[in-house]
Amino acid sequence: MQRTTMDLWVGLFVVMGVVALMILSLKVGNLNVYNPSHSYTISGNFENIGGLKVRAPVKSAGVVVGRVTDIQFSTQTYDAVVTMDMDSRFQFPKDTFASILTSGLLGEQYIGLAAGGDEVMLKEGDKIMKTNSAMVLEELIGRFLFNKAADDDSF
Amino acid sequence: MPKRIVSNIRNIGHRTIESVWRLGIASRFFLLVLLKSGTSFRRFNLVIRELYFTGVLSLIIIVVSGLFVGMVLGLQGYETLQKYGSESAVGTLVALSLVRELGPVVAALLFASRAGSAITAEIGLMKATEQLAAMGMMAVDPVARVVAPRFWAGVISMPLLAAIFSVMGVYGGYLVTVVFIGVDEGSYWSQMQSAVDFRIDILNGFIKSCFFGVAVTAIAVFEGYDAPPTAEGVSGATTRTVVTSSLVILGLDFILTAFMFRGVS
Repeated sequence: MQRTTMDLWVGLFVVMGVVALMILSLKVGNLNVYNPSHSYTISGNFENIGGLKVRAPVKSAGVVVGRVTDIQFSTQTYDAVVTMDMDSRFQFPKDTFASILTSGLLGEQYIGLAAGGDEVMLKEGDKIMKTNSAMVLEELIGRFLFNKAADDDSF
Repeated sequence: MPKRIVSNIRNIGHRTIESVWRLGIASRFFLLVLLKSGTSFRRFNLVIRELYFTGVLSLIIIVVSGLFVGMVLGLQGYETLQKYGSESAVGTLVALSLVRELGPVVAALLFASRAGSAITAEIGLMKATEQLAAMGMMAVDPVARVVAPRFWAGVISMPLLAAIFSVMGVYGGYLVTVVFIGVDEGSYWSQMQSAVDFRIDILNGFIKSCFFGVAVTAIAVFEGYDAPPTAEGVSGATTRTVVTSSLVILGLDFILTAFMFRGVS
């Protein structure tokens, strides 16, 4: 086979491979959605995180604004410390409310942020004060049964 | 009776020593190839020639099987997921299984049987017809001139082939689920994009395929160089290449997966 034809084919092959890698990272993966190079870290204490996992999205109004980077158990307060990496394009007031929510019936859990009205914004290393734990099904049923029993007594 | 037991045990010992000895030779050969691969980068057209034979000629089988694997994954995934009413997650299923596992592994298995066997047969036959010895006579190092370019061509083309395989699979799944069955196109792509992470899924899959590329081509060139210089020897070496590299791919895949994806949701 001619040398130039071979070079052409090999060139085409390499270009195809590189294009495939680019499609994988841009179209299949989420490289373009979230760029962690411009980010700030905040944390929050939750009484119960339910099934929240590292890498879970942090959403506000349904838009991904950050990701959970670390979940630790604190022996001082006996609750979970969740560290979040936030996109620095999105600034939130200091009294922002963070709650652990579930997307869909069986979906993954994420942290939902509801902005407050404070003038001061959250900065790198700040702590979210107002948090709401995840719904745990057993507790929910337990509370329901308890209320039911209390209602029955009043009759 | 005890005599037979003793001879059996001796047999086991002999085989163990033999295989350890062979592993040692293979490792030394691998180091030798790495040491003498300077020539293949100075004269890169040698590698380009081999890239044509290992990479370009493997394209057809990689593209076709990637497409079909993706189509089957889409079809089967849809059948199961629609029972739970979450057929929009089929994109996630197809992409994650391809990028993490099937892309690198199936592409490597195909590469081992398509290109690895060809490398072994070529080098083995060169040895059987004393072409390698003739090169040595002309003060041309056969390891640097014949073995190293083939090794590097395999190492370069394996990750590219795996990436092409994964992309074809994702589009195969798209073809079946979105175009034929009618899953929503937006949710196919968006659920996939929210679930597939660049570093954890795509980069790790890429690293996996690099490992497989090194393993398959190292086995292929060693078996070819080590083949007994007879027709029977070359055919045995070709078979051994395919069998050994398939087993090594599967074992290596388990080890790499255990390291890469442990604790990842």
